[in-house]
Amino acid sequence: MYDVVIIGAGVIGTFIARELSRYNLEIAIIDKENDVANGTTKANTAIIHAGYDAKSGTKMARFNVLGNEMFDEICNELDVEFKRTGSLVVAFNEDDMEKVKTLYQRGIRNGVKDMTIVGKNEIKDMEPNISDDIVGGIYALSCGIIDPWNLAIGLAENAVDNGVKLLLNTEVIDINKTEDYYTILADKQKLKAKYVINCAGLYADRINNMVASPSFIIKPRRGQYFVLDKDAGNLFNTVIFQCPSKFGKGVVVAPTVHGNVIIGPNAEDIGDRDGKHTTAEALDYVRKASLRTSSKIPFKKVITTFAGLRADTNIGDFIIEESKEAKGFIDVAGIKSPGLSSAPAIAKYVVKLVDKIAGGLEKNEKFNPIRKRVLRFSKLNSEEKKQIIRFDSKYGRIVCRCEQITEGEIVDCIRRKAGATTVDGVKKRVRPGSGRCQGGFCQVRVMEILARELGKDMSEILKDNIKSYILTGRTNKGEGRC
Amino acid sequence: MLEYDIVVIGGGQAGLAAAIEAKKNGIDSIIIIERDKELGGILQQCIHNGFGVHEFGEELTGTEYAERFIDQVNTYDIECKLVTMVLRITNKKIVEVVNSEDGYMCIKAKSIILAMGCRERTRGAIIIPGTRPSGIFTAGAAQRIINMEGYLIGKKVFILGSGDIGLIMARRLTLEGAKVLGVAEILEYSSGLSRNIVQCLDDFNIPLLLGHTVTSILGKDRIEGVVVAKVDKNRKPIKESEKIYECDTLLLSVGLIPENELSKDVKIRIDSNTGGPIVNQIMETSINGIFACGNVVHVHDLADYVSEESKRAGRNAAKYVKGEIKNSKNVIGIISGKGIRYVVPHYIGVDDIEEYIDLFMRVDRVYENIRLSVISEAEILKEVFRKRVCPGEMQKIKLPLFHFKDRKISSIKIEVREGG
Repeated sequence: MYDVVIIGAGVIGTFIARELSRYNLEIAIIDKENDVANGTTKANTAIIHAGYDAKSGTKMARFNVLGNEMFDEICNELDVEFKRTGSLVVAFNEDDMEKVKTLYQRGIRNGVKDMTIVGKNEIKDMEPNISDDIVGGIYALSCGIIDPWNLAIGLAENAVDNGVKLLLNTEVIDINKTEDYYTILADKQKLKAKYVINCAGLYADRINNMVASPSFIIKPRRGQYFVLDKDAGNLFNTVIFQCPSKFGKGVVVAPTVHGNVIIGPNAEDIGDRDGKHTTAEALDYVRKASLRTSSKIPFKKVITTFAGLRADTNIGDFIIEESKEAKGFIDVAGIKSPGLSSAPAIAKYVVKLVDKIAGGLEKNEKFNPIRKRVLRFSKLNSEEKKQIIRFDSKYGRIVCRCEQITEGEIVDCIRRKAGATTVDGVKKRVRPGSGRCQGGFCQVRVMEILARELGKDMSEILKDNIKSYILTGRTNKGEGRC
Repeated sequence: MLEYDIVVIGGGQAGLAAAIEAKKNGIDSIIIIERDKELGGILQQCIHNGFGVHEFGEELTGTEYAERFIDQVNTYDIECKLVTMVLRITNKKIVEVVNSEDGYMCIKAKSIILAMGCRERTRGAIIIPGTRPSGIFTAGAAQRIINMEGYLIGKKVFILGSGDIGLIMARRLTLEGAKVLGVAEILEYSSGLSRNIVQCLDDFNIPLLLGHTVTSILGKDRIEGVVVAKVDKNRKPIKESEKIYECDTLLLSVGLIPENELSKDVKIRIDSNTGGPIVNQIMETSINGIFACGNVVHVHDLADYVSEESKRAGRNAAKYVKGEIKNSKNVIGIISGKGIRYVVPHYIGVDDIEEYIDLFMRVDRVYENIRLSVISEAEILKEVFRKRVCPGEMQKIKLPLFHFKDRKISSIKIEVREGG
């Protein structure tokens, strides 16, 4: 019997798992996918918003501002890349400027600190490559950029270190409510839990409906993005939003913590929860819209495009509450933007809910908040490089040339708790294949390492989820040439 | 710090040929740095024949061709470091390398030869919309998996791009029992060699769809199909012509890009047309003593041309070490005229000309019955007739030394002349 079962191992689920592991509870976090961070956490803008965007008085506004302030500490504890770059919302005319001022006022009401209205010259000083058409904007110091995958992975690792069980490939089929507990039917397993926390993202309504009558509907909203080569990485210094206008909500251009540039998203309401495909039309829209911010964006340096789905609902705000019909069942649903920014505050709030429902929680005195990430060979100085290779010669073999990733780093990310088991799992953790050759050189080498470390044959290695096989068997000659 | 006269970066065809030639020209202290576990580079995955007709006067497979050079490297006792990556080079010619055995080390070179080859253009770079399932491979990566690792990649294959590797893989996959549904090429002509179209597609009844492209990728986990459409004159897909091909594999053969991360890092001047370093006729880059050859300079169609160019680099790197390169200010610029996409070399250092100069070039589209003219101001220095030229096939013009000796020429231009 578990005290708590968390459904969904995205950034929200893993955050809640980690925060609950501060208490003496038997906790399991389960996910239908074969890796953590494989849903909305995998594909988003990777921004920690300041908090002026959400309507005052909403949970979104409250948790965004609270969450934002918590990122320095959490990223420090979990060794996750995070940088407060600051953000700009730029206006292209006087009408826009009025809206900018409204946003500023809203920011003040929401409790956002360190915002200023800035003029064209100040913006040009900050962003020399920005369009000459801008007239001014808001600068918000607290906005930041983050590695969302390694945040969720770091949270999962830390949660597991502190006693949480992580069960992947565990899709919830049904949940039965009895007097004192829930029985979760997940694949062939039956998990019993006193409390269930629904962090199922795009599927949160279906999970809710297993124990209660429908109270919200998930409405997937797709956003499409471009990622530019690191060659273009110095183009912008801050996260640049466009002022919402008659041209639409506008798109973001921003540096990433890895040194690339991200451009997007658009917003399309689509019915399909699996509709994570890009389209020529939407990419074209994003491209054109972004060129308003800067005509200097070099689209010939695109290394990849992707689409992500936000789990919007018909409610218009985050849903974070105990179900009215199912005691001990907590919905954490509709976590659309600014969900990532709000995650730390949401997790703290959910802990309070559990504490209240359980009538008090007992502290886990052994809780260790620290997790060390896989070291980054490319960031070491020459003496450190020599040392680490002497310690383990696998750090002397570069597997991914574009990102300079060594075999040592790949092996480390596989052997960890909540470790990688797929090519994309390795890519999310230590980035081979994220560079300009997109795995052309390293994919087969990563597969070899995965096969060796997991005791599998190469042909069993998956790209991503369970049906994403890469190889289809041996050639006629069987053994290959060498 | 380790010291060598010549450090060769890359042990593929270019690096091997350059190293051997430098050795033959009197340099003993040479080291080849190779990132893979064996020498030969891409040739090791080229088990098809058609190599060596110019160089050896016989048809060899890629692996056999590489073996001949590797044998020479062994005979000449040229030192090699395998599974070793170059992290950086500096303008003082220090090469930072790393491997499991020696760890991290710096090597001081008198001369460096860049021979890093090229990489394949990806799905991301050409922005094909759709899902991101497994089963999408660049043709060269697929070739490595099949020919070197011994694994199959799929049963029903569609190929985008008619580059040579894609054509060769169409045949290879068919021989391994896969069904190749077709090859789409966005241009109105193939960028591959004509012989490959005949031997790899026509002989196996694989359709070549000219003026077509893939407009979307379908399938959630593994690729399940591609949407293929005709394109208009501006290479924009025509919506009404879209057709779905159900397949479990998409192969991309959509271009090669010279791999110049190291060169750019040390601020060697790069030609935006070729994607490779700007070089003179002895293959010296904008940094004296750093030479470059093979696909790192510009993408070649024939390995023999790589060998030829690389020998020139090796020979002249040897001369550089011996202090025999003049590097005077006396240079002649080379201009790509009408119909020429690029010419390598980019300029001529007059005082270092050998007996002749080889000009390698590609045209910008298909032409028939034309002359390739080398012009200096109004004077035609050389003209060659060609029945048919296409961008996929490199053109070569040999210019003897006498054209330049004791003459004041500031630049030459190469152009396509039609008619007459």
